[in-house]
Amino acid sequence: MTTTTPIPDATTLTAALAEDVDRAFPALVRALQDDIYSGALRLTRDPHAAQDITQETFLRAYTALGLYPPQRIRDLSLRGWVWTIAANLCRNRARSRSRKPEAALEAAPPVADRRPGPEPEAMASIERDRLADLIGDLPWAMASAVVLRHVVDLAYEDIAEALDRPVGTVKSDVHRGLQRLRAQLEEESS
Amino acid sequence: MTDQIETTLAGLRVPAPHGVLPNVLAATGLADRYVQRDSVVGPVYVAFGGDGVTRLDIAMSESQFESEYEEMMGRPVVKVDDVPPALVTRVDRAISEGRPGRLAVDLSSLTDFQQAVLRKTAEIPPGEVRPYGWVAREIGKPGAVRAVGTALARNPVPLIIPCHRVVRSDGQFGQYSLGDAANKPRLLREEGVDLEGLESLATRRVRYTGSDTTKIYCHPTCRHARRTMEIHQVEFKSEKAAEKAGYRACKVCRPAVAA
Repeated sequence: MTTTTPIPDATTLTAALAEDVDRAFPALVRALQDDIYSGALRLTRDPHAAQDITQETFLRAYTALGLYPPQRIRDLSLRGWVWTIAANLCRNRARSRSRKPEAALEAAPPVADRRPGPEPEAMASIERDRLADLIGDLPWAMASAVVLRHVVDLAYEDIAEALDRPVGTVKSDVHRGLQRLRAQLEEESS
Repeated sequence: MTDQIETTLAGLRVPAPHGVLPNVLAATGLADRYVQRDSVVGPVYVAFGGDGVTRLDIAMSESQFESEYEEMMGRPVVKVDDVPPALVTRVDRAISEGRPGRLAVDLSSLTDFQQAVLRKTAEIPPGEVRPYGWVAREIGKPGAVRAVGTALARNPVPLIIPCHRVVRSDGQFGQYSLGDAANKPRLLREEGVDLEGLESLATRRVRYTGSDTTKIYCHPTCRHARRTMEIHQVEFKSEKAAEKAGYRACKVCRPAVAA
């Protein structure tokens, strides 16, 4: 089992960042922007908020990298570290939103097409939309763990770092979250 | 153990919107930004960094503008939609008036000589023209007429720094770097320059006009020259001829270094 989540050329990227943050930073944004946006979108259910959070995450990462000594940058597990920032922004937004339950749900953009044929694709799309809605109704602890594990595809160790929870807790949050989602989907289809 | 729900969750991954990378790079200052604006000669791209406007060019292919920019400036440039309204107002104003005004222009990538040429050129008021030789003399390099032409041809911010107001002393317009060469007379006409009048003077080799009431001589398009009534207007082919006739140089348009 991997201890951290690899991104293409992660070591090269941290090495490049340690060498020259300004030069390597665009590559960091390119490598992680889909990650952050997808996770933020599923946790906020709002494309505008997700884009804002994605941008703000990178701005904060840039500022932090500028202050870190090179060795510290080399030792970073990039995805887990960047998600520490992103998860905080998502949670803050979820908190401020939960006090305003009337907030409108905006339509999520179409998800990536990974299946052949119009009919299975249409079914899968409906299923994904439904699931996206259900995630938003989960308590933060479960929603964040499920999204980081299964949408963003982070390793448990990275999620633990990002959410500042022990690995065991994260695993059980993912497990309980999935259980709840399954139960709700079954309840609806029966 | 992978079941249906996990597969569906994996399908909830989506690409980030295209704006993310440009917005982040612009906000961190790692890239310069550019916007599209309108002008007399059509849509133009205006790029700016932290120290002001760096470049203006005819709006054509975005990718071409971006790659040329990076090659020339050594920094990436990204197109943005939302810039501070105050900045947009200044840009539009600078373009329509043909002078920087309150808009900061960053010429730091140029040589001292190029900067001097462009700063001097920026002083030429709308509706007036000056010869290349005038710019050369005003910046203290009277022999560098050709180099002035080269510097103006490489003006990174045409329209805003009005290189179209610098013309050949024989009355021809000379080169113009922004789009079509015909854009130069087009811009001048738009500003109210009497092109036919200038041509008529040039064919008679007249370089200056003076007023026999004030005994002052000017560049023909100087706002003081244009105030002179026709019956009082006299024509000179050179500074020497004017001085010899007892005229002194205008202190505003400075046909010769005014005393």
